[in-house]
This record gives sequence, C-alpha cells and structure tokens, in this order.
Amino acid sequence: MPDVTTAEHAAKAGHGHEHGHEEQSFWRQYIFSVDHKVIGIQYAITGLLFLLFGFGLMMLMRWQIAYPGAPIPLIGGLLGDERAPGGIMLPEFYNQLGAMHGTIMVFLGVVPLAVGGFGNFVLPLQIGAPDMAFPKLNMASYWSFFLGGVVMFASFFVPGGAANSGWTSYAPLSVFATTGQTLWLVGMIFLITSSLLGSVNFIVTTIQLRAPGLSFMRLPFFVWAQLVTAFLLLLAFPPLEAAGVLQLMDRVAGTSFFLPSGLVYADAPWEASGGGSVLLWQHLFWFLAHPEVYVLILPAMGIVAEILANNTRKPVWGYRVLVYSVVFLGFMSFVVWAPHMFLTGMGTTMSSFFQTTTMIISIPSVVILSALFITLYGGSIRFTVPMLFALAFLPMFGIGGLTGLPLGLSAPDIHLHDTYYVIGHFHYVVAPGTLMALFGGIYYWFPKATGRKMSDLLGRIHFWGSFVAINVVFMPMLYQGTAGMNRRMYDGGEQYQMNADVLWLNEVISIGAWVLAFFQLFFIYNFFNSIKRGEKVGANPWQATTIEWQAPSPPPHGNFAAPPVAYRGPYEYSVPGAPNDFVMQGDPDSAAQPAKV
Amino acid sequence: MDIPYIVEERADTGLNNVKLGIWLFLASEASYVLLRLMAVEWPLGVDVLNVPLGAVNTAVLIGSSVTMVMAYASLKMDSLDRYKWWMSWTIGLALLFMVIKGFEYNHEFDIGNFPWTSTYLAIYFTMTGLHALHIIGGVIVNSYFLGPGAKMWETNKAQFTNRVEAAGLYWHFVDLVWIFLFPVLYLL
Amino acid sequence: MSEDVQAHIRTYRKVGGALAVLTVVTVLVSYLPFGVPLAVTVALIIAATKGSLVVSFFMHLIEERRAIYATLLLTAFFFIVLLFIPLLGHADKLGEYYTVPNANAPVAESGAH
Repeated sequence: MPDVTTAEHAAKAGHGHEHGHEEQSFWRQYIFSVDHKVIGIQYAITGLLFLLFGFGLMMLMRWQIAYPGAPIPLIGGLLGDERAPGGIMLPEFYNQLGAMHGTIMVFLGVVPLAVGGFGNFVLPLQIGAPDMAFPKLNMASYWSFFLGGVVMFASFFVPGGAANSGWTSYAPLSVFATTGQTLWLVGMIFLITSSLLGSVNFIVTTIQLRAPGLSFMRLPFFVWAQLVTAFLLLLAFPPLEAAGVLQLMDRVAGTSFFLPSGLVYADAPWEASGGGSVLLWQHLFWFLAHPEVYVLILPAMGIVAEILANNTRKPVWGYRVLVYSVVFLGFMSFVVWAPHMFLTGMGTTMSSFFQTTTMIISIPSVVILSALFITLYGGSIRFTVPMLFALAFLPMFGIGGLTGLPLGLSAPDIHLHDTYYVIGHFHYVVAPGTLMALFGGIYYWFPKATGRKMSDLLGRIHFWGSFVAINVVFMPMLYQGTAGMNRRMYDGGEQYQMNADVLWLNEVISIGAWVLAFFQLFFIYNFFNSIKRGEKVGANPWQATTIEWQAPSPPPHGNFAAPPVAYRGPYEYSVPGAPNDFVMQGDPDSAAQPAKV
Repeated sequence: MDIPYIVEERADTGLNNVKLGIWLFLASEASYVLLRLMAVEWPLGVDVLNVPLGAVNTAVLIGSSVTMVMAYASLKMDSLDRYKWWMSWTIGLALLFMVIKGFEYNHEFDIGNFPWTSTYLAIYFTMTGLHALHIIGGVIVNSYFLGPGAKMWETNKAQFTNRVEAAGLYWHFVDLVWIFLFPVLYLL
Repeated sequence: MSEDVQAHIRTYRKVGGALAVLTVVTVLVSYLPFGVPLAVTVALIIAATKGSLVVSFFMHLIEERRAIYATLLLTAFFFIVLLFIPLLGHADKLGEYYTVPNANAPVAESGAH
C-alpha cells in the first residue's frame, strides 16, 4: 500500500538540490574520496587483497603440514634465512604464519569486505540515502583501517618477525613475545578505531537517512543485518581496544595487568610486580571475539536473504521472524564468550551458565537458517551465479553451526578443545559459509557498481571448483579433530602416535587448498576483466525490488536523481495481479510498469 | 542530493545526525571504565597520591565543563564574541589541568612510583593517562572550533551550534569520567 | 528563545556550584574513619550524584529524545554484562582462597613450576 503521509514528508526532507558534478582531481575522486560507493569499493578491494594474502600464508603452512621439513618449492628460497633457511620453514615462522593468518583473515579480510565493503556500498543505496551520514568520518574510517593493515603487514619485517602468539594473543605468552606483538597491538588499535568510526556511521545512517516511507519493518533484511552488526562492533570492540592498551602497557611500560605473581620465564623470575590475572585477557578477548563471529556471519546472512528472494521470485519467508531473530542473536552474542575457555579452569558453575546461553543462541540461528530454507519452497528458482553461492551458503553454514554445538557443551569440549575439529567448525562458518555468501554478493552487486555483469561461465567454474575444493579442505579436518589431532602442530601432528591413522589426510587437505587457490584465479581474472569488458547492463539487471536498483548503474555522486520514496515492503515478488513478477519498493502504484530493465 | 538532517531534526526520531552520532560514540566509550580491574592489593590512595592536587584538578575540570556549557549557551544567544571568551576559558582550564597532572606525575616519579611498581600504580597511570589523551583530543577539537572552525558561524549558524554542542557532550563526558576516577583512585 | 537560554544559564551556574561543593564533600568524607565498604558506598553515591548532575543538565539528557534513551539503555545492559568480566576473572581465584590458607605464598610457588 502506498504510504501517503510519509510521501509528503519526503518532498520536504529531500529538498536536495542537485549538487553539480564539479570536476574533481583524480586523488579526490578515487583515493581520498568521501563518496560511500568509492569507499565501499576501496574497502572491498583492500579486503579481497588481504584475503588473498592471508590465504597465501595458509598455503605455506599447508606445505609444512603435508610435507614436514621438505623445502618449500618455488618461493622457498625467497623467504630469507631468518624464516626458512634453505627453503625449510622454521617453527618460529610457522607460528607467525598461524597468528597472522587468523588476524588477517578476520580483521583485515572478511570484516572489511563484509561490513566495510558491502555495508558502505549497498546500505546507503538500499535505504535510498544520498551518502553516509558522516562522509568524512567514513573516509577516516577507511584510512585508519588501511594504516592498521600496513602496520600488520610491516610487522613481518621487524626483528623476530610478526606476532607469533596466535591470533588470540593469550597472555602471558604474548607479553614475552618478540617486537611483532607490539606492532600487532598497535595495528589492532587502528583497526578497532576504524570499525568504531564505521559503526557509528552505519547506525546513524540507518536510523536517520532512511527514505521516506521506509519504516523499520520495510527495511531489506540486509540492512537489518548490517545494523545489528554495527551495534556489535560499537559495543564489543572497545573492550578489546582497552585490553589491547593494557597488554601494550604490560609490554612497553612493564605493568602486570595480565601477569600473575611469581612468574618464571626462561628459568629466571620475571621482573614485574605481578598481581595480574592471565584469564582476564582471555575474558576480554573473547568478549569481543565471540560477537565478532556474528559480525562475520550476519552480513553474509543479509546478502543471502537478498539473493534468495531475488532468485526464487518470492518474498523471504517470515520476514518479521528473521528480524526478531537477528536482533535477539545480537543481544545474546554478548553472553556466549566463555565456551572458548571451558578448559581454563573457570569453574563448573560458570561453564553451566555459558553452555546454557550458548544453546539458547543456537535457536535464533536455526530460525534464520530455516526461514531461508523455507524461502526456497515453491519458488521458481533462477540458478544464476549469485544464487549458486547463496544456495551453497545454506548447507555450509548449517554444518558450521551444528558442529559448533558440541563445542558449546563443556563435556564434549574437553575432548574436542584445540583439535582440528575446532578449526573445521569455525572455518565452515566463515570460509564455506561467509565467504560463499560474500562471493555471491560480489557477483550480485557487481553490475550496480560497474554497470557491467561478470562473466557467467567463469562464475560457474569458480563456484563449482571452489565449492568442491573447500569441502575437501575442511571436511577431513572435522574427522582428524574427532580422532584427537591437535591444532598448531609445526610437524602436522606426526610426533604423536595416535594421529597415525588420520595423518594421510594432511596431504589431501593441502592439495584441496591449492586446488581452491587455482579456482580463485578464475574469479580474479573475471573480476578485473569484467570491469572493462563485461556485458553492459541497465539499472536493474536482476529484476530486483529493493531501492538500490532504482539508481543508475553505476550510481553518480549523490546516488539518486530524485529522492526515492518507499511505498511497500522490500520483497514484493510474484504479487498476485501485478503485471510483472516483481514490484519495486519505490513504485508509487502497484499496477504501474516496473522500471526499465 | 544533499545529506538530510544535518541541521534539522528528523520527524520520527527527533534527532539530527550529529547528536545521534556523538551519543553512540560516548556509549561505546563507556567500556573503558572497565579498566578498573581488580588488583590483588589496593592501597589507600590517600597514602600514595597527592589528594589536594587531585581535588584542585577536579575543580578545574568541572570549571571547564561549566565554561563549555556557557560557550554553547552564548551561541544560542547569538553572540560569537562571548562564545569565544568562554571557549578560551575552557581550553585554558583544560591546559591547566594537564599542567597540574604533569606536576603530579613528576611527583610520583620522584618518590619512586612507576607503572611497574604495583598493579595499583599501573592502573593509576593507565587510567589517568588515557583520560589525559581524551583531554588532549578535546583540546584539539575545541581549539579547532575556537579558531578556523568558527568561520562556519558566518555561513551556517545552526550547524556550527550543533557541532559545538557535540563537542560539549564529549567534553562533559570526559569530565564525568574524572568525577568517578577521582574518588576511586585517590580516596579509596 | 533568549529567555529560555537565560534560564538554562542560571541552571548551569547552580549545577556548577553544586559540583564544586560536592567535590569538597568527597574529600572531607574520605578523612572520616569509615570502614572500606562504607567509604566505597559513600564515595560512589557522591560521585553518582555529581555524574547525574553533569549528564542531566550539562549534557541536557533530562530533555533528550527517546532514541538517545534507547541507546543508553542498551549501553547500560551491555555495561552490566561487561562488569561480569572482572568478576569472572576473580571467580577463578576464589578456589585458591578457599583451599589454600595462605593465599600468597603457594600461588607464587605454583607459578615457579
């Protein structure tokens, strides 16, 4: 139904005089731009590059795990004597790779791509806003992120190499670690500042700049997911920043926030006042890092909901249920951090409390996943490339979520803790889960960003290759872990007799990882080639309903020629009686012809 | 299209963008209070720290909060001159606070109290240090609004007033933190 | 409008005065021979009073909009959860206090292994 009262208010609020397109210098337009679309693309490309880099680190590690002690082929000689003399990886370097792979993938890869990239590019368009609420803050956020990335990258080249205490940086190990850890902390402070600025911007933009008529219950699910994500970032990241400052003080100013009394290091008493708590770091870290899991997954769910509705040609099933679930999920994510710490001697009362909350949080996740599955039922599905990725997300996230349940219960966690099972579990959530959705999102919104489609054939090759290879990588890990094989083993677990039966899988996984890398080449070629030579498309190539498809592709500075108004919910597909199978949110009259395709 | 609600308030939320933004930022800052951890031994602050100096500093900071709010009120009353007068006082008092803080730190170092001496002192130095960083940030922002930023008054009074209000909210928040820090660190 | 601001300014002066007085009170109270629990309570009550004065009048929270209250409510909820962290960190030491008569010496020794 058209909403008339808000439409009037539209005319008043959106008194936007068309800002002339003054010629801007190359630097202002593409590098230090304040336009949310440019910043979004900057985030996305930087994020993708870091994902590639982090993946590269992992491929090096997989070589060492599959063939312990064998010289690394091709690039082994380039790594230098302090990392890999004669091409054979040193244990210290392996530790650096492990810590930095985690840090880079999470903080410099997935979050910037999912939140910084998609959030910045899609969210303002989807709510019909001309830009983010604070464009300069947005630019500051990107450059703070970039600086953090540079610091992290540079830490590989300081004496002792990059941080090597794991991506969790547990104290006291991290307090004794080499200089790289200091740079890690400094880098994290930049990254956290960046997401803090970004999240304030996202929340204000969503609350304040929604197009007239776009009430909260008419927001596309993607916007809801981003909004909840922004709140998680806003509230969960500062404690880690505080913790990072404390650890920095421990390392630089000699304080003992995380150092207990009477600590002995390298056979000598450690010179510090002591009296701190080692567990405190873990509490603080996981207080961020568990909500962080939802920061990684919620935008992916949002993207999948958009793609599913568009390609099943029917509304997302149970929109309200989805919204309530995602908000509840956001709340609960703050009280589920301790399952990561069941084996720290935290006490059974604490464990019982946290295993209860962890079981509770699985309910909204299952509700969301079920609603997305039910959306498929009875739809006339178009198997486009984005849809393939979105479809793959559902079972992959399902596996990731279900394998998490045993880890959330304190009894099975005793067996599974710190094994490859844990690695398999969270990678199923983040890699085959989130990354599949993010790739789908790239294929889906690429036409909006560039005005051209990515190649369909290459997209399909990329999808099927990645889908098979990524399961070859992570499925055996669950098996190895259940057999008791520990993670973080420099020799891939060879030294333990009990791993003998599952050791052969190491090679399988490694080959899977390299095959996965091979299929990414199709994506990289497709991505860059399509910018210049992709098939040209109009404003709404997917015949979608949400407001971003009303803007020209690519949208100009200021996005919309006239301020858009929302007249209905976000997923009006296959409305009975309508001339087309979709009615756009911004169409004043439901019987009107849809915008030109 | 221009970005809406920079100055005027959105009807259904009753807010402009800046105000919502600054409150969200302050909300996130709340977690730094967490830095008051538990130290195994917590000495009586009176025995270690200089209470009179701390008390004077509290008064100085509260004073700068008062002048800050006066500066904002002056803009509301359409007087840029009075705004500049009060804003100068705000910045001056903040600098005075930092100077006194410097004497305090110096005094602590002289009697052999360093961050690595005990967890209590570690907390003292970390918390007051972070607070001082916030003060420095506030001084920089306020100086900008006193100097070059004030040019906006000629082009867009309402937006400039909003900006000063947001800066004020931040400044009062820094004051607020000190109001709690002072008794916790010095007196308990 | 101007009348309105004048009224505000009068309030600011009063609040500023009250804050100054309360600061003196805080210092004076700290010299009274209270036990630690009472001293903490009194000091925090005074600090909370001062804090609410600042927030209500200087930051105009008393006449603020619903959306701001909602934000702060969310923060309050979150903050309470956050306070559990030091408590939980403390909880893992409680066992030691119960089982070990002399809390300091054995802890130092066990660290040496």
